[in-house]
Amino acid sequence: MEIDRHDSRTRNQLRPLACSRNILNRAHGSARWSQGDTIVMAAVYGPKAGIRKNENPEKACIEVIWKPRTDQVGKAEKEYEMILKRTLQSICVLTINPNTTTTVILQVVNDDGSVLPCAINASCAALVDAGIPLKHLAVAICCALAGSGSVILDPTKLEEQKMEAFTYLVFPNSVLSVLPEGSLHVDGEPMEHAIITSVTHGVISVDDYLYCLERGHAASAKISDFLRRSLQS
Amino acid sequence: MGSSGASGNLEGEMEVDAFRRLFPLRFHERHLLESIRPDARPLERARESTVALGAVASADGSAMAKIGHTTMLAAIKMEVMTPSSESPDEGCVAIDFHMPPICSPFVRPGRPAEVAPVIAKQLSDAITSSGMINLKELSLTTGKAAWMAYLDVYCLDADGALFDAALLSAVAAFSHLQIPAVSINEDGRVVTMSREDGDGKLANDPVIKERRKLTLNCILFSLTCILHKKYILADPTAEEESVMETHVTVVLDSSSRLVSLYKPGGPVLAYASAVQDCIALTRHRVKELQKILNEAISDMEVD
Repeated sequence: MEIDRHDSRTRNQLRPLACSRNILNRAHGSARWSQGDTIVMAAVYGPKAGIRKNENPEKACIEVIWKPRTDQVGKAEKEYEMILKRTLQSICVLTINPNTTTTVILQVVNDDGSVLPCAINASCAALVDAGIPLKHLAVAICCALAGSGSVILDPTKLEEQKMEAFTYLVFPNSVLSVLPEGSLHVDGEPMEHAIITSVTHGVISVDDYLYCLERGHAASAKISDFLRRSLQS
Repeated sequence: MGSSGASGNLEGEMEVDAFRRLFPLRFHERHLLESIRPDARPLERARESTVALGAVASADGSAMAKIGHTTMLAAIKMEVMTPSSESPDEGCVAIDFHMPPICSPFVRPGRPAEVAPVIAKQLSDAITSSGMINLKELSLTTGKAAWMAYLDVYCLDADGALFDAALLSAVAAFSHLQIPAVSINEDGRVVTMSREDGDGKLANDPVIKERRKLTLNCILFSLTCILHKKYILADPTAEEESVMETHVTVVLDSSSRLVSLYKPGGPVLAYASAVQDCIALTRHRVKELQKILNEAISDMEVD
């Protein structure tokens, strides 16, 4: 069933992706990621010596600072910081540099829908640019549920407000393996079918959510390819 | 650690405590191998929960909820305000979550808890996006006066599963809420009548709305689970949350629709099977909590 999207994309079509790294010369790593009109810049400083209070000194610590476009930091920004911190902690190898702090600073340049996935993708690229040891990359996508169980990918701000629900999903990136068996399997399920992070807004049925997971996973393969090509250049 | 004699037993206990402090992950995993947790709960059982309505007498609606040791106090105050021009026939709900230093040794007056604004935002997202409260019911006169409900949730004891207890206390407070009667005074302004003269008909001002309860379209309940290797633990304590860092919070409404599935990162990845198990555990918990809430409401009405 065709849904009319106001920018005439199909349901499964993502907005044009663009990623540029090493754009700030003082930061140890930096990246600018844009999905259509949503643009987020990430800068990574670290690892620096010392650790914040109440953090585990046997592991590296990640600190996230989120700067919105209009410069009023509120509860939403604190929530984004916490989600990002825990997502990035799960992809970094924290035992390599214990008792250090790596700071990731995100600046929202423009918010036109799915800003959190854009920020996660930007911070991944920035961490790679800074050379922070990572287990794998994280690829983030936003799926919105239009009525009657159909899912559209990568909604704009207008679409997010109109849809009855949307979810932000973060997957580990797909593995390109030289071995013919392909990706890493855990219990017969490939690792990239699992979610690292999920944040939902709005009420949906459980079956619709599981359908969103499938579609989101399919889209994450495309973003993984784009990320791989962009990092190789 | 096996020993004989009275002094030997004490020595055995000290060692277990020391082991718990020095190697907390191994301590918990040793219990998980036997499918049990340090407080003798099976993996999928939540802690004992209680709800008491009307805990704050001066508030228009209040409730205290306890899940194990985690204690939350929610109170609602209603105020008349002018509605905004974009929605002139709707009232407003403002939700705030506080973690005063009494709740945990990690919260000090100069160092607020990092998790407090996150839980506040999660609470207000869940309550507004699920449509539990019909904002049009909070309107008094279209365009001129509407109710603003200030919901404040205070954490009195933080022992894990903070969001679950906060949501339970918020929902209980809304079900206890009595919107005060209002009348229009001589200046033509809407003024609330206090409980005493509302029942006594002494006031000469015409009462435009009687005291009434708010109708809730659906009731929200939630369950936080921890994912660790192959295990799923329901309703973690603060110690379990600090040792095993992958948390999943599922919020369901009374018709089993998913209001929120919140998994903020964490070292363990969630496969679709784990997601479905968490949702099944939450469905079971919703039935338990519904019973507890209904009992609390009927206790209140008997009084």
